[in-house]
Amino acid sequence: MKYIIAIIQPHKLEEVKQALEDVEVNLMTVSNVLGRGRQKGLTEYYRGAKEVGSLLKKVKLEIAVNEDFVEPAVNAIVKSARSGEVGDGKIFVLDLPSVIRIRTGERGSAAIG
Amino acid sequence: MNSGDTAWVLTSTALVMLMTIPGLAFFYGGLVRRKNVLSILMQCFIIMCVISLQWVLFGYSLAFGPDTGQGIIGSLDWAGLRHVGGLPFKDYAETIPHSVFMIFQCMFAVITPALMIGAFAERIKFSSFLVFTILWATFVYDPLAHWLWGTGGWLKNLGALDFAGGIVVHTSSGVSALVMCILLGKRVGYKKEPFRPHNLPFTVLGAALLWFGWFGFNAGSALAANDLAANAFVATHVATAAAGLTWALIEWQQHGAPTVLGVSTGAVAGLVAITPACGFVNPMNAIFIGMLVSLFCYIAIAYIKGKLGYDDALDVFGVHGVGGMWGTIATGIFAEKAVNAAGANGLFLGDIHQFLVQCMLILVAPVFAGVVTWILFKAVDALMGMRVEKKDEIVGLDLTQQSEAAYTVIE
Repeated sequence: MKYIIAIIQPHKLEEVKQALEDVEVNLMTVSNVLGRGRQKGLTEYYRGAKEVGSLLKKVKLEIAVNEDFVEPAVNAIVKSARSGEVGDGKIFVLDLPSVIRIRTGERGSAAIG
Repeated sequence: MNSGDTAWVLTSTALVMLMTIPGLAFFYGGLVRRKNVLSILMQCFIIMCVISLQWVLFGYSLAFGPDTGQGIIGSLDWAGLRHVGGLPFKDYAETIPHSVFMIFQCMFAVITPALMIGAFAERIKFSSFLVFTILWATFVYDPLAHWLWGTGGWLKNLGALDFAGGIVVHTSSGVSALVMCILLGKRVGYKKEPFRPHNLPFTVLGAALLWFGWFGFNAGSALAANDLAANAFVATHVATAAAGLTWALIEWQQHGAPTVLGVSTGAVAGLVAITPACGFVNPMNAIFIGMLVSLFCYIAIAYIKGKLGYDDALDVFGVHGVGGMWGTIATGIFAEKAVNAAGANGLFLGDIHQFLVQCMLILVAPVFAGVVTWILFKAVDALMGMRVEKKDEIVGLDLTQQSEAAYTVIE
């Protein structure tokens, strides 16, 4: 089992969701996050005071999948979230030792989907 | 001169000011995505600044100044408020200072271009918007106001009735907004990602402030504290109530639940529709006008807009264009001299003449406003570019056009 964390551009969320649905990955947790990579933040002004390099809004997806779904899910995200410009984000794939479904107490692969 | 009349029109002026900021600003501001809310508030606020100055410098003179002879435009005789002082100008209002009439009308000139913001929301370049707005006020609003309301205006001479701006304010802005959003194109992500309103409580607050301010807009247009103002006030209130309720009922029937956005939208549509009629029709007919406007606007927004595929982001045409035109026709149907001796009898009282005049209005005004808006758009677009870069649109107008953000995520 793997735990996929994807940081993407907020406006790409709908496309990414659709692309994941197409490879039958329907379960995910989504949150608003702030971040900064190579793309610098934009300059803001408040009554003349400059605020530089603030963090940019991103969306974070967290997806737990069985091994068979890792490559399809990663490929779907890369394809749908890519604009080709800095700021498109990153995907982290982590090992996932254990999953428990709270409702039934099931563990492991059975609890994931 | 009458101190009661003067006090009422000054009060009404402040009420109409409130309609643009914060009323309309928050009505629209709540409907856009969170990355664009400040751009809306900014556009409304800057229009208040810029058009107020345009108005006293030359706009008022173009609209209401002495006619240049053909009924098309006023002269610049009153530019810079020359001859506009403490004495009444009898043609417009006998009992209040001329300057009070001028500043009351100023608020109408301000809100009209502000109404259009909703159509091109979330994608217009601020600098170009500013130039366009000044040109639009000068070449669309000022002439139209002169045609219908200025002494010697050609439509006024034909007996056209527009009590508080169904044509001058709402039809003109609604049709121009439609032209703008078609020329500007759809927002990035149209029909692909959801454009959810980011703060509906703002929108409801804005709609309520519009309703409140509209008493000044409509009842103030009597230009006196008298029975006509009272009729306009009552007609405005009941038409709005009927329209808000009707919209809720339509939604309930169509989707199983009435929404607060629906009842707010219906109320605004009701306010629009009763605007040209409130000084000519009795309150029972006003209820009817309000009920029907919600039906017409709902059809325009829920069915026709989707079919034609234009991205009128916040439904300026659907509410103000459609509502304004219906109200203008309705005036020709329900007007009665018993309400306003200076008005006319409409279709329901067996007189077809006024109805035909009103029908002509909803042809002439949209064609004029639409064509001039098209020309102004093309001119400004060629010189400055009307739309922001795609990447700026994606980041949002608050950061890219205003260099500030409405909300912090982390302190």
